[in-house]
Amino acid sequence: MSQAKATPSLKTARGLGSAKEGTDHWWMQRLSAIAMMVLSPLMILLVITLIGEDYATATAKIGSPFWGGVAFLFICASFYHAHLGLQVVIEDYISYHAARLTTIIVVRGVLIVLGLIAAFSVLRLMLA
Amino acid sequence: MAQFTLPKNSQVKKGLHWKAPADQMGESGKARKFKVYRWNPETGENPRIDTYEVPVERAGQMVLDALIWIKNNVDSSLTFRRSCREGVCGSCSMNIDGTNTLACTKNLNDIRGDVGVYPLPHRPVVKDLVPDLDQLYSQLASIEPWLKTDSPAPSRERYQSVEDRAKLDGLWECILCFSCSTACPSYWWNGDRYLGPAILLQAYRWLADSRDEATGERLDALEDPFRLYRCHTIMNCTKTCPKGLNPAKAITEIKKMMVERRG
Repeated sequence: MSQAKATPSLKTARGLGSAKEGTDHWWMQRLSAIAMMVLSPLMILLVITLIGEDYATATAKIGSPFWGGVAFLFICASFYHAHLGLQVVIEDYISYHAARLTTIIVVRGVLIVLGLIAAFSVLRLMLA
Repeated sequence: MAQFTLPKNSQVKKGLHWKAPADQMGESGKARKFKVYRWNPETGENPRIDTYEVPVERAGQMVLDALIWIKNNVDSSLTFRRSCREGVCGSCSMNIDGTNTLACTKNLNDIRGDVGVYPLPHRPVVKDLVPDLDQLYSQLASIEPWLKTDSPAPSRERYQSVEDRAKLDGLWECILCFSCSTACPSYWWNGDRYLGPAILLQAYRWLADSRDEATGERLDALEDPFRLYRCHTIMNCTKTCPKGLNPAKAITEIKKMMVERRG
């Protein structure tokens, strides 16, 4: 029994060619990770200091320029990082192109909505 | 989707048990068990794991010695690639004791208990321990692994300083056994587009060469979310390399060059 096999050729190895991008994605994932290395401990510190405090104290603290700034930047960095990272995970594990593209778009949309809600919540406290 | 279970016709069944011929048994009477993946495209049957008993006095030093003994004395249908038997040709790469390596340099004393021998993972199997590596050879060709220059050829050899030559150490030694690429989960899931550690190490071998004048062109061809950036520094490649090379580091060097040329 001989089976006809389509030999992978240079044609398939080259495929559609290089997308000539990816460096920005990779680099920004690293930079946002570094930003979170600085911001995450501050964020944890903020939450710890608010344990047991009432609502007014909490909103006042998050509304302060420094802590509000920390929270705002942390939200920006973490949602951006999550967006970049989840895209890579989806590309890794979903090989069917239409499903891959759809999932990336949906996840991106959800992250944009959640990120904006979180960021505006902090901004509102800061500008109140 | 990435495939986590084997299709029905690839599920591995229990195989035959091959006793060593009585006249081959050594003085100790002891035999070591080799559990070997068998698949024959001509029978249409599922793959199976055969157990071969190899007398310890006949097994030799390396796994390849034992495989050759089995082929010569027990079962001539056992199929595997081999050539140099000293770790320079890269033919006998296979999955031994759970790790991709060269059968000819894998010492039997380094393996405890039964010896599991499988083909390189996640490649189509041609027969028994012979994987189909066409895709990898095509990808190797796609990175154009030869010296490219535009300057007029000199009247004699192209000089290279001792320091520049040293930059190729850890790269030129690769024998293209593809133990690394077939150990890489990213290559398993996206091997159709991701070049994988073996090919990227070769690509860096030419990027790092002081005599090559196509560096930018080569980087252009590699700059792609799939070709290069599927590497997530899992490091299986470096861990498994039977030549002790570090493909993960070569890939990182390529990523550094990508950032460097942006300004």
